[in-house]
Amino acid sequence: MSGIHDFTLASARDALKSRKISAVELTNAHIDAIERLDGQLNSFITRTPDQAREGAKVADEALAKGEGGSLCGIPLGIKDLFCTNGVRTTAASKILGNFVPPYESAVTANLLKDGAVFLGKLNLDEFAMGSANLNSAFGPAVNPWKRKDSDAKLVTGGSSGGSAAAVAAGLVLGATGTDTGGSIRQPAAFTGIAGIKPTYGRCSRFGTIAFASSLDQAGPMARNLQDCAILLESMAGFDPRDSTSVDTPVPNYEASLKRGVKGLRVGIPKEYHVEGMPAEIEALWQQGMNWLRDAGAEVVEVSLPHTKYGLPTYYIAALAEASSNLARYDGVRFGERVSAPSLDGLYEASRAAGFGEEVKRRILIGTHVLSSGYYDAYYLRAQKVRTLIQQDFLKAFENVDVLLTPTAPSGAFAQDEKPTDPVQMYLNDVFTVPASMAGVPALSVPAGLDARGVPLGLQLIGKFFDEETLIAAGHAIEQAAAFHHRPTIHAGVSA
Amino acid sequence: MSLDAKTVTRIARLARIGLKPEEVETLGQDMGSIIDWVEQLKEVDVTDVSPMIGTGLATPRLREDRVTDGNCRDKVLANAPEREGPFFTVPKVVE
Repeated sequence: MSGIHDFTLASARDALKSRKISAVELTNAHIDAIERLDGQLNSFITRTPDQAREGAKVADEALAKGEGGSLCGIPLGIKDLFCTNGVRTTAASKILGNFVPPYESAVTANLLKDGAVFLGKLNLDEFAMGSANLNSAFGPAVNPWKRKDSDAKLVTGGSSGGSAAAVAAGLVLGATGTDTGGSIRQPAAFTGIAGIKPTYGRCSRFGTIAFASSLDQAGPMARNLQDCAILLESMAGFDPRDSTSVDTPVPNYEASLKRGVKGLRVGIPKEYHVEGMPAEIEALWQQGMNWLRDAGAEVVEVSLPHTKYGLPTYYIAALAEASSNLARYDGVRFGERVSAPSLDGLYEASRAAGFGEEVKRRILIGTHVLSSGYYDAYYLRAQKVRTLIQQDFLKAFENVDVLLTPTAPSGAFAQDEKPTDPVQMYLNDVFTVPASMAGVPALSVPAGLDARGVPLGLQLIGKFFDEETLIAAGHAIEQAAAFHHRPTIHAGVSA
Repeated sequence: MSLDAKTVTRIARLARIGLKPEEVETLGQDMGSIIDWVEQLKEVDVTDVSPMIGTGLATPRLREDRVTDGNCRDKVLANAPEREGPFFTVPKVVE
């Protein structure tokens, strides 16, 4: 028999249903793996082994009676941006270091209702602001992958870096992520796993700590798209508590894996051939086109003329929203407080001590672009450019069903290769940000390794609420790529 | 172009974030380079383009006008860094 750490979420589900394994065994094996390996990975901020064992026991009782939801007994990790009732939720920020939510987020409540077992809360960039998980108040999450010839610590990507590392290393069978400008897709690509950013409005934002409300969207991260499909089906759904939640039925995403891509029209946005992109990324992209063509799809070139404005537009819109959302951390109602003689002094001291460097920088830029005299020149203009970016996508989708692009302009870089210029750092998200701006769904699948042995991903972007076509096309790439590589640090590898 | 200390201090005041003098300088440089970079949006023709406010996918909806939440004072106060009885406390604001 293959080991317990060879399970995918789907095969574990089947083994649990047929009672080949118990939820308690499965959960204990994952708790052991976390204890063994997370000292190196730092993917968890808070571990909840007792709660997990308790949940597994309850799951086994349901499974023994032939009952239980779609995730009954499946051990998952939760990005520490989702509020979990009675379990500390930090957003990887000092300012929320002791925050214990008295309620459950909509997404995690859906997962619990379907029987999932939570192993703990996963590391991220503070308030989901970052592309390398280097901005966490709890230290960076570490990529379980290493370069062939070096022991240098690689970044996980971000902001859902802990989720990506934990899934890739086999510490959890799946994880929740959130994606504002690429925070699911880019870390998924950096760690050789799959991740889906659904259509804006597909998953409720209720109880998810806000970064940029018009962009934030929760989604699944797992070893393959079948696992992501199972998770998404549980996470998604209408919620009246989120005014941007869309009331449309949740399809059977898992079934769409079998659809195939015969006759599918795949668009290649010509503007994504950016200057300075490594040849191996171009080659992988070409490989992706060939794979889809071989599977019966038609590949055509399309144009998204405003692509180059995606990132600067994003950094105005997202930072403006962030400055407004993060105004609530004032040291009065919750979070860290630093006392001062005056109320304004208390605000300033609490926020100075509680926020990290990148968060401060982003709040200040957001405040600047919203301030009197700059609002029209920056914020309003960015919102108009955002309209043009969305129109680019809508126009392209009149002619094609999905778009294929690389997920990121490089593979994972080493922690000490972090660019010092913030703008250089932002370029990591050049391919993921435009879909976020438009609100359309997108996913990343692992497609190969670069010359140094580090995974690379391909991105597919789809029409509003057409996650099914995305999953079908993504699965065709998965089958062709046959990506079965494992990272250096993995639960299934004995030390 | 770096943002000058006066501008950075004014923005920080608006955002209620206390800054040390050395932070003012570094942030001025970082913010300046980000602002320079977003200036490229000026080259886009946005005549007659309406601003995008959200993605426009959810239909605005009305709900019945009734209380759906509340009666949870202890939960609301549970995370207060400082409190007195059923109240949040702040420094004196009225003389």
